[in-house]
Amino acid sequence: MIEARELSKVFNDKKRGEIRAVDRVSFTCIPGEIYGLLGANGAGKTTTLRMLATILGPTSGTATVAGFDVVREPEKVRANIGFLSTATALYDRLTAFETVEYFGQLYGLDSATIKQRAAELFKALDMEEFRDRRCAKLSTGMKQKVSIARTLIHNPSVMIFDEPTSGLDVMTARSIIDFIRQCRDQGKTVIFSTHVMTEVEKLCDRIGIIHGGELRTEGTLEEMRDRYRKDTLEDVFVEVSGDGR
Amino acid sequence: MSLSKALIVYRKELRDMLRDKRTIRSMVIIPVVAFPLLMMVVGYFGSKSETEAHREASAVMIQGSEYAPKLMAALSKVSKIDVQPYQSDARQEVTDKKIRAVAVIPAGFDSDVAAGKTPQISIGYFEGDEKSELARDRLQTFFSAYRDSVARAALEARGVPVSLLSPFQIDAQNVAPPSKVGAELIGGFVLYMIIIWCFTGGMYPAMDLTAGEKERGTMETVLTSPISRADLAFGKFLTVFTASVVSSALSIGSLAFVWSKRAEFGMGTSDLQISINAGSLLSLTMVLLPLAALFASVLIAVALYAKSYREAQSYVSPMVFVVVLPGIIGMMPGIELSWKTALVPILNISVLSKVLMGGSYPWAYIAAIFGMTCVYAAIALSAAVRMFNREDVLFRT
Repeated sequence: MIEARELSKVFNDKKRGEIRAVDRVSFTCIPGEIYGLLGANGAGKTTTLRMLATILGPTSGTATVAGFDVVREPEKVRANIGFLSTATALYDRLTAFETVEYFGQLYGLDSATIKQRAAELFKALDMEEFRDRRCAKLSTGMKQKVSIARTLIHNPSVMIFDEPTSGLDVMTARSIIDFIRQCRDQGKTVIFSTHVMTEVEKLCDRIGIIHGGELRTEGTLEEMRDRYRKDTLEDVFVEVSGDGR
Repeated sequence: MSLSKALIVYRKELRDMLRDKRTIRSMVIIPVVAFPLLMMVVGYFGSKSETEAHREASAVMIQGSEYAPKLMAALSKVSKIDVQPYQSDARQEVTDKKIRAVAVIPAGFDSDVAAGKTPQISIGYFEGDEKSELARDRLQTFFSAYRDSVARAALEARGVPVSLLSPFQIDAQNVAPPSKVGAELIGGFVLYMIIIWCFTGGMYPAMDLTAGEKERGTMETVLTSPISRADLAFGKFLTVFTASVVSSALSIGSLAFVWSKRAEFGMGTSDLQISINAGSLLSLTMVLLPLAALFASVLIAVALYAKSYREAQSYVSPMVFVVVLPGIIGMMPGIELSWKTALVPILNISVLSKVLMGGSYPWAYIAAIFGMTCVYAAIALSAAVRMFNREDVLFRT
């Protein structure tokens, strides 16, 4: 479960002064649900997700993730989440297995559990062929699979995906979408950010549209269409993100 | 802080580092292969040119040779001085290194000497040119000996004892043991090189593990795991520290090897000695370990601030001069080990090395230098940890 309460983040930029990247964002995401955070580039999606993952600390407000407070118990939060984005790269000089093993150790798993979990994940994700190949030598699709295995090694209850399909080819993007769906089916709490409307329409149970750091609206796809009297999510997005609100 | 978590990071970073060719090059190959090779080449040519200079005769010109035929006759018998026919541009010839020195004998030299006047012979030479200074010394030695022989003959003619010419003798002898002489001459240099390897050995791993990771996106990946930033910083610190220690240990080993084989490598058979034994090694290790820790912490703190590996290089490379400078000052004559110099990082170790290589162990100073360097290293490490806790540093764009 994720509960964000008045989450805000202010950056101080030497040239531009104070930038309010996220402004009092509140929402709830429950287990077995995919919550889609939809917004243009620079809307505040990544900052919001980084605060939930405790990579960044909020300037004000807080959130509980998997029952732990992001401000007071950041390490416990991180122990219970899997975070995947195109910015989270892999170590070129480690093999696929070494990468997964390293993260298993960081999550506090013992050697036997790591071996067992890794074997299951490598089989499920069809990664056995390149298990001992260094990440630098892997294709983009293979790397994404290693990243997925890395996020799942400790079997987290909450999954956070920050634009996970950005820059990927159609086939790799599709496998990521399937994986996100599986996470929901396993009862995990899933939050997913993107600016691709079709992905949101295909995947998300509930949607929040973020613009200028503010969560402008949220609800199911049908609720949004009804509320704004639009046929498509894209029209709703343009309406919400524009001055018309 | 959890040591076990930091050790997980350390083991992974070590494995990663040992697979990085760039790091291996800077940490192992350069200190072990390239540096001794350079020393051997420099030593070989240095030794060769010195031997050559002493073997060949110094070409000189004498102005006013016609005023001192006896002196010229004596000079012509000196094998190491080659008197060439005088030319009016002799001084220019010295500057152009065509001849090595020019001596000017004043008009009426012989008659002035016979009359008991004291005419002056002047020697023109090229200050700083080794061969020219050698020619000057040879001429001075010859003229002094000739002067003594003239004086001796004059005294004998008058029936005065020759011993009056030199009522007493002076004899200067080196009383310092060879190891102390060696330490004074090269002790500072040896440690200065070790300090440089200690710094450069940690440079590339530090940049790779911080700015390099930020640039490649792996820093954000590890930040999503439950490890605390202090543990992450400490794990990375241990890796860079290891690289620094290994690099300086390898440089000590290769230096010792080249030094012990200096005769075989044609670097001259200098009888200089430096005292490398268990005591000096233990003392050196005691002060070098906290220095490596200080370097590792500073390197991590500085390189982490950079957005990219290239930017980190632009911050870290000039720091080599900051490291070199106290090392050079420590090598200067007159800079001795005192409670003041013991406080200055790097300089203190450079000065201490001269004492250690001479076979003395000033344990109070060693303990003070060890303690002070530990304090500096702890301050630098806490600064590095603070940098890891700063979002504006980790996510600097």
